[in-house]
Amino acid sequence: MPEHSEHVVSPKIYLSIFLALILGTGLTTWAAFRNFGPFNIVIALAIATAKATLVVLFFMHARYGERRTRLVIVCALFWLAIMLALTLSDYQTRQPRMSRLLSRAAHYAA
Amino acid sequence: MNNTPPTPSYEPPRDHYLISAGGHIRSWLLTTDHKRIALLYLISVTVFFFIGGVFATMIRIHLLTPDGVLVTPETYNKLFTMHGVAMIFFFLIPSIPAVLGNFLIPMMIGAKDLAFPKINLLSWYIYLIGGSFVLYSFSTGGLDTGWTFYTPLSSIYSNSAVTPAVLGIFINGFSSILTGLNFIVTIHTMRAPGMTWFRLPLFVWSHYATSLVMILGTPVVAITLLLAGLERMFHLGFFNPAMGGDPILFQHLFWFYSHPAVYIMVLPAMGVVSEIIPTFARKPIFGYSFIAASSIAIAVIGFLVWAHHMFVTGESTYAALTFSFLSYLVAIPSAVKVFNWTATLYKGSISWDAPMLYALGFIGLFTIGGLTGLFLACLGLDIHIHDTYFVIAHFHYIMVGGAVMGYVGGLHYWWPKITGRLYPEALSHFAAIVLFLGFNLTFFPQFILGYLGMPRRYHSYPPEFQVLNVLSTAGASILALGYLLPMAYLSWSMRYGKVAGPNPWPATGLEWKTDSPPPTENFHVTPVVDWEPYDYRNRPDLGLAAGAPLAPAHSDD
Repeated sequence: MPEHSEHVVSPKIYLSIFLALILGTGLTTWAAFRNFGPFNIVIALAIATAKATLVVLFFMHARYGERRTRLVIVCALFWLAIMLALTLSDYQTRQPRMSRLLSRAAHYAA
Repeated sequence: MNNTPPTPSYEPPRDHYLISAGGHIRSWLLTTDHKRIALLYLISVTVFFFIGGVFATMIRIHLLTPDGVLVTPETYNKLFTMHGVAMIFFFLIPSIPAVLGNFLIPMMIGAKDLAFPKINLLSWYIYLIGGSFVLYSFSTGGLDTGWTFYTPLSSIYSNSAVTPAVLGIFINGFSSILTGLNFIVTIHTMRAPGMTWFRLPLFVWSHYATSLVMILGTPVVAITLLLAGLERMFHLGFFNPAMGGDPILFQHLFWFYSHPAVYIMVLPAMGVVSEIIPTFARKPIFGYSFIAASSIAIAVIGFLVWAHHMFVTGESTYAALTFSFLSYLVAIPSAVKVFNWTATLYKGSISWDAPMLYALGFIGLFTIGGLTGLFLACLGLDIHIHDTYFVIAHFHYIMVGGAVMGYVGGLHYWWPKITGRLYPEALSHFAAIVLFLGFNLTFFPQFILGYLGMPRRYHSYPPEFQVLNVLSTAGASILALGYLLPMAYLSWSMRYGKVAGPNPWPATGLEWKTDSPPPTENFHVTPVVDWEPYDYRNRPDLGLAAGAPLAPAHSDD
């Protein structure tokens, strides 16, 4: 007998997730041909994140996995957050942006 | 009290991993025995070490005169690039983990194999496939982007064989990830009864930390290089400003892995040193838990410092300040290790066997390499020495003086376990000293060259730099001898060396409680651990009284 039994997922759930992913891909393609201004990247990333979440939860069985497996996933996400946060620490504080912020602050102070 | 160890009179075991599965080539290529896979890696990484070494030799010969004596400027660009790619991705990163880690981790924790033996073999094949792509790149026009593959040079302008090289490194990344995964699962789930976390050898702790870096960092560089390859092949605008991309983003993503990769190289070497020092000082290691924790701290903090490679790229001053501060932090756990090794030596009963010479060499050279790293983490000073030979000297002190010294020292230390034979002691002393002197003569002048302003990656230099360059080339010749000697006598010893016995030093680790060479299943009976690590004071089974001087197995040479 195996030490831990695999959770059996019904084909119906797999099929629904697959269709949701196809829908997400269609949405991404549709959004790519429209201009939402500053929200272009936000929309693309939101759809991609939702799709990745579905894959991790259902296809990779994180939803049915042990707590330790979930902990590993959270750690990986935390590392991704470190990468994004420290990279943004550069992009968000570049000189022109900081100069604008400082001059605006000086303007209000005056 | 009698301090003399029992006279060794060993018969080599009749059955062991080298012969039990047969000697046919098929038995090696399809093996799932971690020890045999370690030897397959040993041969493979040695081939890449020689390929990288040939490029290094040509670089140093070329730099004998200010105008260069050997190759065209274009070829020079390819030489230093291919040297870096071969050495970093295909020698240094897999060297200690895939060779010594593969061989030793299961034995050190009392297991029969790694958790996933087939995946272990798969990782070697993936390494070979990745390596083949890179060799294809080398032999079809070469590669001239620098090992860092900075965009847009690599993704647009370079006329060399960039695409197969980035694909090769992308593929090779999976080998690294699988090795790290295997180590982590093995250490978590396969420890022998009594082998608690704080009884683990420090070699295992350092490999655990290394595996974390491999798993968390490698996917990032693999995808980043793939993106650069896609930009090159299909003109997608990831890093090209003309297509809305950002070249600095490539550097952020590349260094997110490639700075921690330095710790993939040096953490395992630190693990080797942590094993060698207590064995040849006959003392428990000073501050076991601090050394173990500092490995994890290095792995974690090592992820927070990457943009110190980018101080002059135009990154934000505020980010540069943050990364400068964080870079200083990583010196703390590194210093904890150096101080604890030194404290272990204090009042130890030290013997000067070859592994100990390499370990002591490591401590000195790593300290110089680490402290000059602080120079580079200093924002103001970095502007002056960025992209000069100072940087070259600094990271060679870490990667060669640190990682390679640790690797060669570890090979000597565990050679009797791997082959069942001892190497010639006098020659090994000589080689260790030659290597140390050759290394310093090669790279110390480069600190001065860099400080005086000689840039890296230039095929020519002003005449006033020639004396230091000639010194460096002379040192490289001595260094090459320091590498060739161990290769010759270690190979010789496999057939003609004295029979080692299970524990020639003698040392406390579990790997020394089984035959040399070990049986396929590592132990005839699953070991039960009821002692503390490195407890040289309370181990009468080693045949030595507390604090007794070590009488090495070579004593009757």
